[in-house]
Amino acid sequence: MSDIKIEGYEFKPGFKGMAKDTGSDQTMFKGVHWGKAMMWIFLLSDTFIFSCFLISYMKGRGSTIIDWPNPSEVFGLHVFGVDVPLLLIAIMTFVLITSSGTMALAVKYGYEKNKKMCGWLILATAIGGLTFVGMQAFEWSKLIHEGVRPWENPFGAPQFGSFFFMITGFHGTHVSIGVIFLFIYAYKTFAGHYDEGKRGWFTSMKGDYVEIEILGLYWHFVDLVWVFIFAFFYLW
Amino acid sequence: MSEDFNDNKTIQAQSSEAISGGGSGIASDADYVRPAEVADQDLYHGHSFITKWIFCQDAKVIGVQYFLLATFTGIIGLILSWLMRLQLGFPELVPFMTAEHYYQFVTMHGMIMVVYFLTALFLGGFGNYLIPLMVGARDMVFPYLNMVSFWSFFVAVGVLLASFFVPGGPTGSGWTLYPPQAILEGTPGSGWGIMLMCISLILFVAGFTMGGLNYLITVLQARTRGMTLMRMPLTVWGIFTATVLAMLAFPALLVGALMMSLDNVLGTSFFMPTILKAGEVLEYGGGSPILFQHLFWFFGHPEVYIVALPAFGIISDLISVHARKNIFGYRMMVWAIVGIGALSFFVWAHHMYVSGMNPWFGFFFATTTLIIAVPTAMKVYNWILTLWRGNIRLNTVMLWCLGFIVTFVNGGITGIFLGNVSVDVPLSDTYFVIAHFHMVMGIAPLMVIMGAVYHWFPLVAGRFLDEKLGKWHFWLTFLGAYSIYFPMHYLGFIGVPRRYFEMYDSPYITSAVGMNEFISLAAFIVGAAQFILIYNIIKTLKTGKPAGHNPWQACSLEWLTPSVPPEHGNWGDRLPTVHRWAYDFSVPGAKEDFITQTTPPSEVAHTKVEKT
Repeated sequence: MSDIKIEGYEFKPGFKGMAKDTGSDQTMFKGVHWGKAMMWIFLLSDTFIFSCFLISYMKGRGSTIIDWPNPSEVFGLHVFGVDVPLLLIAIMTFVLITSSGTMALAVKYGYEKNKKMCGWLILATAIGGLTFVGMQAFEWSKLIHEGVRPWENPFGAPQFGSFFFMITGFHGTHVSIGVIFLFIYAYKTFAGHYDEGKRGWFTSMKGDYVEIEILGLYWHFVDLVWVFIFAFFYLW
Repeated sequence: MSEDFNDNKTIQAQSSEAISGGGSGIASDADYVRPAEVADQDLYHGHSFITKWIFCQDAKVIGVQYFLLATFTGIIGLILSWLMRLQLGFPELVPFMTAEHYYQFVTMHGMIMVVYFLTALFLGGFGNYLIPLMVGARDMVFPYLNMVSFWSFFVAVGVLLASFFVPGGPTGSGWTLYPPQAILEGTPGSGWGIMLMCISLILFVAGFTMGGLNYLITVLQARTRGMTLMRMPLTVWGIFTATVLAMLAFPALLVGALMMSLDNVLGTSFFMPTILKAGEVLEYGGGSPILFQHLFWFFGHPEVYIVALPAFGIISDLISVHARKNIFGYRMMVWAIVGIGALSFFVWAHHMYVSGMNPWFGFFFATTTLIIAVPTAMKVYNWILTLWRGNIRLNTVMLWCLGFIVTFVNGGITGIFLGNVSVDVPLSDTYFVIAHFHMVMGIAPLMVIMGAVYHWFPLVAGRFLDEKLGKWHFWLTFLGAYSIYFPMHYLGFIGVPRRYFEMYDSPYITSAVGMNEFISLAAFIVGAAQFILIYNIIKTLKTGKPAGHNPWQACSLEWLTPSVPPEHGNWGDRLPTVHRWAYDFSVPGAKEDFITQTTPPSEVAHTKVEKT
């Protein structure tokens, strides 16, 4: 953001500017809201969690002696008499990525103080997330119906079930938490809490549209993680 | 009435200082500090007893809460170590001490001391209390989150201690919790015990993440005017870097604990290979026990530095203040802390030399491990050079500092032995290892904690701790700790294995019997000596010598609050403005032997103070 102005501080471009900001007093990331900086660092930590999961998955898949099931068969759907591989997952991914788009628009309208558009777009994002979780529940129940369990798997290595349920479950929990917050934020936007700076119920801190961007960061992260899970589980 | 009067007096004193300060009489351009970028922090002030002292959002109260709970847990760890030493020194003396109990005590002692005592105390205790004060903030940036952090820790401790009362008792798989044995029948606490341990660790990580985000953002984004990163006291640097490590290392522990819980409860086989038990094949199969070791030590090794880096930072400040000299090589010290932190992520497998790894792998990790000795040695030299020709006050704080340096060098040198694969293999799983890590990350950080308690107690409580009791405490602890751990090196060399419940009639080990008795007696005395501190605190809380403002003549901000102990919001009406680093001691030409961080350059124009 180049439009930030700070009294008595001259920004410099490029690496020199970064060094100057780092060496300056008060803040390292100039003009960055505390909550936004916090979310970035939290996401870095969360990245390590998902990395540990995915690396464990690679190790588990690499060291098992029983064959790994073929993802195009296991995750395929039988529709209108044809076997379509990865159909459901393609729709799920599309929905989730789209919800990232609506989230980004919500942030834009939020900063423009367009309460109505912002609220509707957050609501659309929440519904996208909810659809994703719903489809995931459908996929889980389909696999469970076919006999896949965390501890066993009729199609091959039992670790498939273990890692699949654990990692998609952990990611699904992230999405669900995001959905809950999206609904709360949609309510707060419509009720005008960010316009009037109403204090939060728990934290007693004043509301601000930057909160929507912070939630947006989380939401985009959850999407990005899904892309990796998608690649490692469904395409490998 | 009297309060109003006091307020007037301080304001007058401030303004007269501003007018008459400096040689020229007017504030020069050098005094200019940029205006504040961020509006003053909006704080929630508690009114009832519950919001002021229990569910409190003031970082200082949270720090004290962390300190007290961690100390309480640490005392349980201490009692467990007594029980272990009782068994090792005098086998079969205590009737209830079975092998199962011994393993449970070993496990709980290790986990409590490393995670629930040292980590919580350094980061939760000192971090919360000191970071906002030292960087000149009103509070942590997210006070509510900070409160939840403590209460998560509280629940985590509760769950951990609850495992003493569940069927089967706490887990007895050693603090490393290695599968497959951790969750197999036959290991104590293989059902409930290990499950509660995993849940407790997950809660701890969640709570710590909330606290850690606070520490990081407060340091990065909420410093006061004039406070650059390179003017921060090294205490803040140590805690900050340790928090970064924790944010990146705890995820591995979280994932490991979660996967182990699933192996235990759902019967997955993440870590469980095919196992034959009494001729029968168990349900498990296909998992990798080594995977857990990697996850655990990817957390476990940075964890060592999560404990050590705050200790390095704190000791630097204590030495500088009590030797009345600036810390030698401040920038070097900062970069050493950062360097150690970065390197600590590339050494984890030196804990796994005997797990059957590729020799080249061991070679890599031995190299990285030994490289850490470079920044660490720099720090030790700098501490010694800070002391050199200093105006040393040989009080209790300084004694703890000196004790720390000696102990840390001692433990560090044995670390060089163990870092080499070929030397480590025969010494692995002997008492040499026990002696090494207790010296370097048990006793050494503990000495820092003790020094820090004697140093900052006047700030927290407004009164000095008793010096005489303090010296008794120090000498008993210092000499006693050496009586415990020096002989252990020898025990390791003659091959006494660690984690053995009893040696029975092993002929080669007869020389160890008397030594074990001696170690145990020393351990009882050292443990008991710690209660001197508790007695000292209780005694001086009411009757100690009043400390007043800045009793140690320190330069850093935490001593410069308008009221001692500092109140909620820390700084009264105006935030402090910083003009220099925290180490301007004994500057030639200065009136006193210290120049506080808030003193503007015009006031010390005639001195030979350096620009920082």
